[in-house]
Amino acid sequence: MKHDDQIVGFVCKFCALLSFNLGPTPDSAAKIHLIELPCAGRIDPRVILAAFEEGADGVFVAGCLSHECLNLTGSSRAGKRIERVQNILDVVGLGRERLMMYYVSGTNGPRFAPIATEMTERVKQLGANPLRGKKQGERRYES
Amino acid sequence: MIVAEQKPLGEITNSITGAKKILVVSCGGCVTVCLSGGQNEGEILAASLRLKQGLEGASTEIAEMTLERQCDKEYVDKLAQSINNVDCIVSLACGVGVQHLAERYPEIYVVPAQNTKFIGGTTQHGIWEERCGLCGECILAETGGICPVIRCAKSIYNGPCGGSQNGKCEVNAETPCAWVLIYEQLKRQGREGSLYKIFPVKDWSKSRNGGLRKYVREDVLL
Repeated sequence: MKHDDQIVGFVCKFCALLSFNLGPTPDSAAKIHLIELPCAGRIDPRVILAAFEEGADGVFVAGCLSHECLNLTGSSRAGKRIERVQNILDVVGLGRERLMMYYVSGTNGPRFAPIATEMTERVKQLGANPLRGKKQGERRYES
Repeated sequence: MIVAEQKPLGEITNSITGAKKILVVSCGGCVTVCLSGGQNEGEILAASLRLKQGLEGASTEIAEMTLERQCDKEYVDKLAQSINNVDCIVSLACGVGVQHLAERYPEIYVVPAQNTKFIGGTTQHGIWEERCGLCGECILAETGGICPVIRCAKSIYNGPCGGSQNGKCEVNAETPCAWVLIYEQLKRQGREGSLYKIFPVKDWSKSRNGGLRKYVREDVLL
């Protein structure tokens, strides 16, 4: 994540990334670090939590509409994982509102820009992640 | 496998209050298969704890590591090089693993992060069911591979009881009556006649009613 990025977006290359490439450019105020996924079902709660540990103000995952998923259940699985991490964010005190799941059709070019705007407005209202710049050191020991 | 369920995060954080250096130790055995432990879950738990402590302004150091198993001494010994100044271990293992850690490192506060539930298997992805009551004297050969000890709410040996209705148990209308299952299974095998045999009163001293159990294999002792 670049220092001034506020939002991390994990995007499926078959829908949301296509939408990003096809559609209008998001507002320049949206500072989003996009990470391409082969399928939204590849999203792992660990990378979402790592993004927040690194100081992201908001994270979103964008996958296909459930009936359009190339891997059939990828975006549905992603949605369930997002719900789990949202519950964790509530318990730790960061708040579930900082994490969103979007379902996007690969043929809906204009869809990505409003998502970027919505996330930007959302984190503006929520304020900065209090953990920004406070990341701890070594996290794992090798067994 | 041993099936366990992670405790609520709030309960775990209450148990570690005041600790300055915490090591989350996952188990790579049974609890990995039932998705409550293992490296993935250990890293998720450690990250969640770091987020919570960070937001509360605590300067707690939280790291994670995974052992192949926590119920064998040779794996538990591997922790020795990673626990310098650690004042709390959060164990993502079953109750056996937690106790092995507590016995091997008695000077460190060991916190269980899971509730150990039962011995069972996967019936579909995300669903696990109890299958063995650990009674110490298996009779599955005589009951068509269906255990009346654990699958019958009363653990009766000469069933069904009067609470069996339309093939279901009176305790839970969604639970099949174990003795109906046993009858149907034996009938499929043409062995339903064996049900005329009366099982004698079970010796429960071989189950956990007999106190702490121990199993010794003399031929492999050194």
